Amino acid sequence: MRKSEPGSASTPWRNPASALSPRPANGVGERLIVALLFGAGALSIVTTVGIVAVLLSQSLGFFAKVSPVEFLAGTRWSPDLVPRSFGILPLVNGTLLVAAGAALIALPVGLATAVYLSEFASIRTKRIVKPAIEILAGIPTVVYGYFAVIVVTPVLRSFFPWVGVFNAASAAIVVGVMILPMVSSLSEDALSAVPGSLREAAYGVGATRFEVATRIVVPAGLPGIGASFVLAISRAIAETIVVTLAAGATPGMTLDLLESVQTMTAYIVQVSLGDAPSGSFEYRTLFAVGLLLFLITLALNLLSQRMATRFRESFQ
Amino acid sequence: MTPAAPGGGRFAPRLKARRRAGVRFRWLCRLAAAFGVASLVVLLASILVDGLPALSFEFLASYPSRFPERAGIRSAILGSAWMLALVAAMSFPLGVGAALYLEEYAPRNRFTSLLKTNIANLASVPSIVYGIVGLAVFVRFLALERSLLAGAATLSLLVLPIVNIAAREAIRAVPDSLREAAYALGATRWQTIRHHVLPAAMPGILSGTILGLSRAGGETAPLLIIGALTFIAFDPISPMDPFTALPIQIFNWTTDPHGEFHALAAGAIVVLLGVLLMMNAAAILIRNRYER
Repeated sequence: MRKSEPGSASTPWRNPASALSPRPANGVGERLIVALLFGAGALSIVTTVGIVAVLLSQSLGFFAKVSPVEFLAGTRWSPDLVPRSFGILPLVNGTLLVAAGAALIALPVGLATAVYLSEFASIRTKRIVKPAIEILAGIPTVVYGYFAVIVVTPVLRSFFPWVGVFNAASAAIVVGVMILPMVSSLSEDALSAVPGSLREAAYGVGATRFEVATRIVVPAGLPGIGASFVLAISRAIAETIVVTLAAGATPGMTLDLLESVQTMTAYIVQVSLGDAPSGSFEYRTLFAVGLLLFLITLALNLLSQRMATRFRESFQ
Repeated sequence: MTPAAPGGGRFAPRLKARRRAGVRFRWLCRLAAAFGVASLVVLLASILVDGLPALSFEFLASYPSRFPERAGIRSAILGSAWMLALVAAMSFPLGVGAALYLEEYAPRNRFTSLLKTNIANLASVPSIVYGIVGLAVFVRFLALERSLLAGAATLSLLVLPIVNIAAREAIRAVPDSLREAAYALGATRWQTIRHHVLPAAMPGILSGTILGLSRAGGETAPLLIIGALTFIAFDPISPMDPFTALPIQIFNWTTDPHGEFHALAAGAIVVLLGVLLMMNAAAILIRNRYER
């Protein structure tokens, strides 16, 4: 191979068999361009460092006054009313209640949709169902929020007249519909990745289509399905607008879906709508709650990636 | 066919029962698939029923107002248009530049794979976290206040990973033979990129960018957090102006407890969905037209 460019040994070779390599760049201009492109790439690191630095530095002031134990284990969240109390568990409870309700809808329905699309549906039905689900995935959250307030809550209240204007159930149902496309399309990818030979082997020993789907394909695709489940739950935990509009602003330890709750994200919105002055204690609570939210979703996303990688490797 | 019993009667195919279970299961799955489609139909129908009557020329051309019959989305439309233009101006060069670096220049080492993993993780950071970071960095620290620029910078952070990932896919899809042909004629790496790789990858890059922008156009949470929920009854004319945007206006009108503004919220949703739909259609069209 022709040594043509400083550092060419470490530049990516797309085709190692080829002896072709670019003419060396000798102008200053081209070096400058490469430096600029590198800068654009490095910006992503700056962003990550920036996110972590902002969340940590701003919440330091918060944790100077409220111990992390009190923050993480306290069961009363009352940032404005005296006696003030900063136990985040009521907000975490609200978040998990809505996410669990949403998961209750989205996980089974999404998986069943995926099984239908990958194992049973004709090409014609696929042509209707798949785009419809893709459209659902592209609808902005504020539209889902409107739908929760204007359609779902009144319907709920006509069945259960004692339900308040703000309730966790309405938010959970709508967030469930919102994350449904994520579950169904990622799970379908996982099911389609299961090799056809596995299905054929099962048919060969006399299994019916139902048995192939439930005992061969779904179990084989399980890590990939799990990855989609975890990602969808992470998305439900991070959801902001629907829960702010529909679930209300009542931090509490209730497990009743028909009551109003406040999620971590809804609290963040509430504070920032209130125009807290920079450096005030209230302003700092934003970042403490944001930091916890960031860590929870990061952990779930990493878990999901790991499951997806393991799944991909299992068929190689 | 008579089921033979080679196992001396222990082998029972029970085909009828198994088939019945299969039929039931298939119906269950079909019902699940129908649930998604039905949700979409109900969602769109309820919005169209409430929103279409609210649409009028006055609605599009009026500023927000305390009186529902006089309120409109003029400043929200202008704000969203400004926002999308600024986000495009920031995220397109940065996202595509990073993609070119990663696909064409980056050596295969630890740092490069760290960059790639990092971008994948940034793509899944909750939008509300971008909002509070934007509030701390752009609004307060850089003192951009609640300007279009602060909002666009925040949304650009959110859209960048999406643009970058789409651009990288498009660049990777350009066949090596194209690059090698340019090298054989004595082109430098940048000349090859500029004249061959980029033009070939452009449809994919553009459609990915438009999809990223349509995501930005519907984002509400980050803009709420940086404090865009204000009463704007004038046209924004510079990036430093305070602003409102369509999702913010919809949020605002949906929170109205008396319900007088709900029809207006639906009207604004029809406009927003119309715009996003056109953007997505354009993205699909570009991809289908130029790719293969």
